[in-house]
Amino acid sequence: MNGAVRKLLAKPWIWSYFGALLVWLAAIFFTRGYGAGGMVTAALSLAVFMVVVGVGQMFVISLGPGNVDLSLPANIGLASAVAMKVMAGDDGLVAIGLLAALFCGLAIGTVNYLLIWALRIPPIIATLSASFIIQSIDIGYGRGLQIKPPPGFADFTNIQILGIPVLAILTVLFTAGAGVALQRTAYGRSVLAIGQNMRAARLAGIRVGLVRFATYALSGTLGGLDGALLAGYFRGANVDIGNEYLLTSIAVVVIGGTSVAGGKANVPGIWGAALFLVLLLTMLNTFGVSAGVRLLLTGLIIVGVITAAGGDKALD
Amino acid sequence: MTAASTAAAQPAARTMGKLKAQRLLRALLPALSLALVLMAIATLNPRAISYFGFTLMLNLAIPIALATIAQMFVIAGNDLDLSIGPFVGFVGCVTATWLRDTPLVGILMLLGCIGVYAAVGALIYLRNLPSIVVTLGMSFVWQGLAILLLPKPGGRAPDWLLTTMGVKPPLVPFPILAALLIAAVAYFGLMRTSYGAILRGSGGNSVAIGRAGWSLLKAKMALFALTGLFGVLSGLALIGITTSADANIGNGYTLLSIAGVILGGGEFVGGRVSPVGAVIGALTLALAASPLLTFMQIPPDWQVAANGAILIVVLAARVLISPKGAER
Repeated sequence: MNGAVRKLLAKPWIWSYFGALLVWLAAIFFTRGYGAGGMVTAALSLAVFMVVVGVGQMFVISLGPGNVDLSLPANIGLASAVAMKVMAGDDGLVAIGLLAALFCGLAIGTVNYLLIWALRIPPIIATLSASFIIQSIDIGYGRGLQIKPPPGFADFTNIQILGIPVLAILTVLFTAGAGVALQRTAYGRSVLAIGQNMRAARLAGIRVGLVRFATYALSGTLGGLDGALLAGYFRGANVDIGNEYLLTSIAVVVIGGTSVAGGKANVPGIWGAALFLVLLLTMLNTFGVSAGVRLLLTGLIIVGVITAAGGDKALD
Repeated sequence: MTAASTAAAQPAARTMGKLKAQRLLRALLPALSLALVLMAIATLNPRAISYFGFTLMLNLAIPIALATIAQMFVIAGNDLDLSIGPFVGFVGCVTATWLRDTPLVGILMLLGCIGVYAAVGALIYLRNLPSIVVTLGMSFVWQGLAILLLPKPGGRAPDWLLTTMGVKPPLVPFPILAALLIAAVAYFGLMRTSYGAILRGSGGNSVAIGRAGWSLLKAKMALFALTGLFGVLSGLALIGITTSADANIGNGYTLLSIAGVILGGGEFVGGRVSPVGAVIGALTLALAASPLLTFMQIPPDWQVAANGAILIVVLAARVLISPKGAER
């Protein structure tokens, strides 16, 4: 038993759950228990959107230093518009709209990798430049349109069973799948191998280009999916809908215990980190502090949690 | 893993030649990018290539160049600073309020900021934390402080700062002079002094630097303090140009500074940075951002896209020159 606890404590992702639990306790202590369950429900609903892009970002970051997808916010914005426009408020077109959003994301991911591969642009700038172009397309495409989701789709993204959002349950299943893909499939192992040493991976016969392409495409596709879901949840698409996911997608990955040096990824931590970030905001909102203090405390708590959790103990 | 270690396996003479050629290419790429953008501007509007034109077009390039140099120091140590933008904004708020009203308090606050940066560096080293998360947290801290200090846009730059940034030297426009000065200071400090070599080494091979008896803690703190120092200078320069401050004024600088370093030939790992390249990268970004777009008469909707496209075209020039397999 003792050994099991110690083993659990040694997991890098456990700290993000501790952090989430702590801020939740602080929040309900402040409200004297009022709204404790509602907070969890709300946190789960909002965490879903961070987790979906977080998983994509995690695979990208695991590819090694310099690999990051900065086009996710623009991607989410465009995909949300595409999905809503294709669905056109008709419940019968939901599946086609979702597919369109996925393809939109996939196309963006493909373009990202083309820029990185064909023009040899460092990923951070390639995805940044791509995001500028996507933003403009979105502004041009989404202008003056009434982009509301079909009622059925909007309800589906808000449905709950015993206070647990259905979307959260589906996302847990999805992350479980992502965990298996990461640790048990040739693709996942290849991503980690490339992150540890790209040259060694190439010499070991891994098709580095193909795996990197698949990873950027995956990240783009998940961004597209997230855009469609967000538009359903918030009952409407807009250009800025994805903006906050630039930093949060990176934050949930790294706070969750994935190494920014690449080659070491962590799926459960993404959930913990996402819940932590959402509950942190909830806590500060219940305290009723001003915007400046809220930002200040958010920053100090993030630094505090990462300091308490400690970094990579292995200095290799 | 890196190009250098590939080369190290080969005979020494060839290694030297190859290294030299690579260094030359690395140094030339950013300059070529800048030349491309300048040529485009010259074709579109020949009158812009003048003393007055450069002063106008490059004015905002000074704070961008300073922020890029700031970012370059942390990148030299294998870290990344996601807080530099909000930090520049916070410095701007301090400059437009405290530094004008009670200069002594203002100066102490700015020095304190540099101290905080050094402390963040120490924390990152001692606890072996990912710099991305710590500086992400710090970005909220700076942003929060800036909003607390200046909830609404306002304040006013100190007069001495306005005079400094408004200087009109003979023949060479002030921004170009400033860029040369920034590049020269950063180049000699980081590339030509012995401690500069130690600092770069702490990013390139920290184990070797540590075994040689140098304090890695001090190196990390020095790199972060330098980032803080140049961040402060960037904030000062920015407010000297815009004359008043806003808590969100610097937010775009985080990505701009990273892009500038990379455009200038820097790399995320291995302590490989180029101060001259970084300044050129910042100038390229500043020129590509607005003057070029104005001259191309692009509708507002598509300006952001054109910005991205220009970045891609400028960087695509690499393909023509950089050797095959240059990826890590």
